[in-house]
Amino acid sequence: MENIIEVNHLRKSFGSLEVLKDINFNVEKGEVVTVIGSSGSGKSTMLRCINLLETPDSGEILVNGVNVMEGDINKHRSEVGMVFQSFNLFNNYTVLDNCVLGQTKVLKRSHKEAVDKAHQYLKKVGMDEFADKPSTLLSGGQKQRVAIARALCMDCVVLLFDEPTSALDPVTVGEVLDVMKQLADEGLTMVVVTHEMGFARDVSDRVVFMENGVIVEEGKPEDIFTAPKSESLQRFLGRFINQN
Amino acid sequence: MNLIEVISVTNPNMIVDAWNVFIKYKSLLLIGVRNTLIVALIGTLVGLLIGLVIGAIRAVTQNKEASDSAFIRIIKKIGYLITSIYVSIFRGTPMMVQAMFLFYALKPILNWNPISAACVIISINTGAYMAEIIRSGIQSVDRGQSEAARSIGMTSIQTMRYVILPQAIKNAFPSIGNEFIVNIKDSSVLSVIGFSELFWQAKSIAGSTFSTSEPFLVVAVMYFILTYATAMLLNYFEGRINHTKSSFPASQTVEDSTY
Repeated sequence: MENIIEVNHLRKSFGSLEVLKDINFNVEKGEVVTVIGSSGSGKSTMLRCINLLETPDSGEILVNGVNVMEGDINKHRSEVGMVFQSFNLFNNYTVLDNCVLGQTKVLKRSHKEAVDKAHQYLKKVGMDEFADKPSTLLSGGQKQRVAIARALCMDCVVLLFDEPTSALDPVTVGEVLDVMKQLADEGLTMVVVTHEMGFARDVSDRVVFMENGVIVEEGKPEDIFTAPKSESLQRFLGRFINQN
Repeated sequence: MNLIEVISVTNPNMIVDAWNVFIKYKSLLLIGVRNTLIVALIGTLVGLLIGLVIGAIRAVTQNKEASDSAFIRIIKKIGYLITSIYVSIFRGTPMMVQAMFLFYALKPILNWNPISAACVIISINTGAYMAEIIRSGIQSVDRGQSEAARSIGMTSIQTMRYVILPQAIKNAFPSIGNEFIVNIKDSSVLSVIGFSELFWQAKSIAGSTFSTSEPFLVVAVMYFILTYATAMLLNYFEGRINHTKSSFPASQTVEDSTY
């Protein structure tokens, strides 16, 4: 299988705090990878580095074999979709225009083509009937589904999710996870930073566990959840099971 | 002369006299109103344009990013310094002084008349205030908005134009409107360069009638009507901006959901 994402020796510090210490990490085409770990372990920073929302201090990141630090950053970013914890829909646009804006301004599609595509993906996430509503009037789960549609409209090769359900209540978490499951089944390449252990166990092809800026353990979900090798992962999962 | 002054101070019929002044000099006063409104409107609109450009530059250059190269850092520093000088000077000196200095200093070169000078001076002055209003408006927009725009590949200029500035202007709308009201009043200082706005008309009426309080009472009422009507109008627009036409409570959308 070809690698969509290849991360080699990635390092990142904020001031004196070393957040990522020599991260090596690959994602194959069509693979769904979840990244778990406690807050402050560097999961989100790693994800944000892949989309260059944070600039790595050293190391290289290849997307589709191309080094993202070289060449057109904006072209690279349009290929890598990102879904945020706080949704970040454009507040000054309707649901439809949220999905159209990037297509017409970045990909230079005609307005009609962009609108057709937007409707197609809004249908997929079950939000097409809200197309003409202002994005500020939606509930959290609805906003996140629109945010997913917005990213899909850019025909991204991989979709990054940065704790997509952490700002949602337990009921609406389900509606977003359903959409993500559907996308996973359709073969979309996804990297999901999440605290939803159920999603990590049931949907992902591979689970990556991070702690203190390093990848401690990675493997198939059944191995990670039933036979964790490292002590820190056992501790992390133990705490998670106690909570539930 | 002395007698007239004393009478005018203690004039028991001041309101009636003021009304008579208004009737007699109506056409002059209305020209004053027109000129005041023109200069206030031009000053606010052009000032807003200046403020959008300068304010955007200030917001961008103030924001230091780790990914900036040394060259970009220097450019940002210079950009911030230059705009700071502009804002500090025009906010830090009275518009009356700016008007006198610029009008006479540039007269040999531009050979301009008071009305065009007044428009230019009030625009530059308002621009300095608008720049700070827009800058704080931009900084009040959630950081996630620009991250989302950048994450789908929009350039920083596209992000500013299509996502950040529209929201910044909406947030700053009350302050922008306030500048218009301030300009209606403060344009009176432009009478010092002989621009015949409302205050200047009152002064010339006072000169020909030998009474001061009555024309200025008239003008005070006229200024108040102008600013009050403007405030009402701005309130109306503010309400329109904040209530989008398909307004409904967020909770309602959940029940409509197909999920």
